[in-house]
Amino acid sequence: MTQPIVPRYVYYRVFAALLALTLLTVAVAYVDLGPLNIVLALGIAICKALLVMLFFMHLRYSTHLTWIVAATGVVWLGHLIIFSMADYLSRGWIP
Amino acid sequence: MAASHDALAEQFDDLRQQHEAASLGMWVFLVTEILFFGGLFLGYTVYRTTYPEAFREASHHLDILLGAVNTAVLIGSSLTMALSVHSAQEGKRRALVGFLLVTMLLGAVFLGIKGTEYTHKYHEHLVPGLRFEYDAPHAGQVQLFLALYFVMTGLHAFHLTVGIGLLGVLAVLAWRGRFSPDYYAPIETSGLYWHFVDLVWIFLFPLLYLIGVH
Repeated sequence: MTQPIVPRYVYYRVFAALLALTLLTVAVAYVDLGPLNIVLALGIAICKALLVMLFFMHLRYSTHLTWIVAATGVVWLGHLIIFSMADYLSRGWIP
Repeated sequence: MAASHDALAEQFDDLRQQHEAASLGMWVFLVTEILFFGGLFLGYTVYRTTYPEAFREASHHLDILLGAVNTAVLIGSSLTMALSVHSAQEGKRRALVGFLLVTMLLGAVFLGIKGTEYTHKYHEHLVPGLRFEYDAPHAGQVQLFLALYFVMTGLHAFHLTVGIGLLGVLAVLAWRGRFSPDYYAPIETSGLYWHFVDLVWIFLFPLLYLIGVH
């Protein structure tokens, strides 16, 4: 054995949670909440992503080094989007 | 743990270290994949903030039901993939092959539904560059949304196709008894890749299908 074996019920529960969150995100999309709609949609997507990464991808049971590498991806994606949008969104500010 | 295990490469101390190195390598690859798709997500974000109305309008042309069903199919395939790894860890060869085949089948169902959606778009004259006619003020920007839709979902579908091929090879190897509770790193790393493809879809679905509901 090279890794702790995750009990099968954990996978079933994560699967159920992912299905429930999918239904929730579709249901919420039908309610007009203005700008909150996209926040909720992305919030739910991030929750689903975390569930997949922590349990299906075994991140929860992985070494700290793996955690750091996984976090690197998210951090650089954040840089890419935040800095680019800081540019695009502020272009009209200075006449 | 026997140091002279068949599957142990000489540069590793033991199978545990080898397994961790394999997983870590796959994670490094997935980080480059995050940034690969990240460029498209950035393009989407920029144009969506620039043309919010047109993007909402264009999103109406996507079928939410098919998108939601496909999300469920892909989540199901992630479950069976996780169960494949579980079977490998327990040394259950038949269960491993079975779950791998079901995972491939669900992947194929996803591609089938995606293909149906693409065909509908073609009949509705909504395929930029191939067959696009749109009589409304936002035509250009609607075309932009659909171009992003086809590139992002197309690239995603390509990744899924690669995944199905990968699992096919693993299923044959597993059938021949190549894997054991001591050595299943290829199942684990291919699983990581499969779940990553699921992750991309988890973000594509709300961003493409759900932004124009009301």
